[in-house]
Amino acid sequence: MSYAKLTRDEIARRIAQDIPEGSYVNLGIGMPTLVGNHLPKDREIFLHSENGILGMGPAPAPGEEDGDLINAGKEPVTLLTGGAYFHHTDSFAMMRGGHLDIAVLGAFQVSVSGDLANWHSGGDAIPAVGGAMDLAVGAKSVWVMMEHLTKSGESKIVARCAYPLTGIGVVKRIYTDLAVIDITPRGLVASRLVPGLSFDELQRLSGVPLLPAGTKAAAGVFR
Amino acid sequence: MIDKIASSIDAALADVRDGATVLVGGFGGAGVPEELVDALIAQGARDLTIVNNNAGNGEAGIAALFKAGRVRKLICSYPRQVDSHHFQAAYRAGKVELELVPQGTLSERMRAAGAGIGAFYTPTGYGTDLAKGKETRVIDGKGQVLEYPLHGDVALVKAERGDRWGNLVYHKSARNYGPTMASAAKITIAQVYEIVDLGGLDPESIVTPGIFVTRVVKVPRKEATYRAPAGGGVTRGISGRAAA
Repeated sequence: MSYAKLTRDEIARRIAQDIPEGSYVNLGIGMPTLVGNHLPKDREIFLHSENGILGMGPAPAPGEEDGDLINAGKEPVTLLTGGAYFHHTDSFAMMRGGHLDIAVLGAFQVSVSGDLANWHSGGDAIPAVGGAMDLAVGAKSVWVMMEHLTKSGESKIVARCAYPLTGIGVVKRIYTDLAVIDITPRGLVASRLVPGLSFDELQRLSGVPLLPAGTKAAAGVFR
Repeated sequence: MIDKIASSIDAALADVRDGATVLVGGFGGAGVPEELVDALIAQGARDLTIVNNNAGNGEAGIAALFKAGRVRKLICSYPRQVDSHHFQAAYRAGKVELELVPQGTLSERMRAAGAGIGAFYTPTGYGTDLAKGKETRVIDGKGQVLEYPLHGDVALVKAERGDRWGNLVYHKSARNYGPTMASAAKITIAQVYEIVDLGGLDPESIVTPGIFVTRVVKVPRKEATYRAPAGGGVTRGISGRAAA
């Protein structure tokens, strides 16, 4: 049976719908930024940006950009009514101090024990970390948004990360273009597989042991 | 009468010496004290250690410091933007040393310097390459890394308004590192677009009290127009939240 992978916007919509009202959320640079476009209009959700913004709003209309109001990706944004500005040290206190409910981050790889590799592709690249390590250790829940497989078809969910680590045992959930994977004490629990994708096929593609959600083996793992 | 308003931008920077550690505010283009950085280049100090979140963009400001060969070392969290080519060329040529610090640790190290803290433990970076060689300890079941304060000889910050006692307020997300850097240096120089009389800033809203500020210099207001970095804000191919 054939199946279609989710587009990036479809993954983003899935994540956005899972964010409860009242959550304080940091969306990582790159793919996770898309989540902001899909937040349900009937929920108040506070977006945090590490350069000192809470209550961050969408991109301004063309011509309305302000060089003093940018997000962590250095793109122009707006402030919602009720939003606040603050300095960097306070901003990272929010992150490191466990005040953010959810951080949605991209990744090169995630290990079966929740290790995250997303800051350095290794090799010759100039290393740059930004706020990745602070978010990884600080947010109450770290969700990863990524494609399930690399361009060459290898699973990005691995027994052990080959790329340099960002944080150890920090990831709680992975949203991919194929499924949602929860990292639990009993192992990786797969749910919400895209239509037409069998668990066995997902297991084959992933290369690390998965448990199907809703089965006895996975029971009791959802906190 | 105390008057911290400098007579000129050159006078404000006259005592920056070769080999100084200079904390430079800003995140991307927001909050970078461009006029002070330009004046620092003109002033001529060399062998500088620059502390900034990034590594300069395009040709002006911090990028021009690298181009002019004034920087010996950069302490930074994110030097990999596509238009940070002057830093990248100097780094690849071995002319500039790079100390890469997680962003929150960079900020907290300066906070510690300003607050008289001897060192601190942070969970950020524990078990990663950036904690290699550092003392660690498990506190409350969480691995933590020992980090030391980061002091500046000079801090250059951009604020919106100031008064002759050195009180400052900022503008939107251009505040970023300014208040922390102002507290962490022996000499703090703030550029502002507007100087107001004492009492002209609401005491409930002053962000940086004048005790942290040595000199204030007024610069002509530029439209804070958004300039997209050439080729986009972050390096392509980084699917992670690597940027910032």
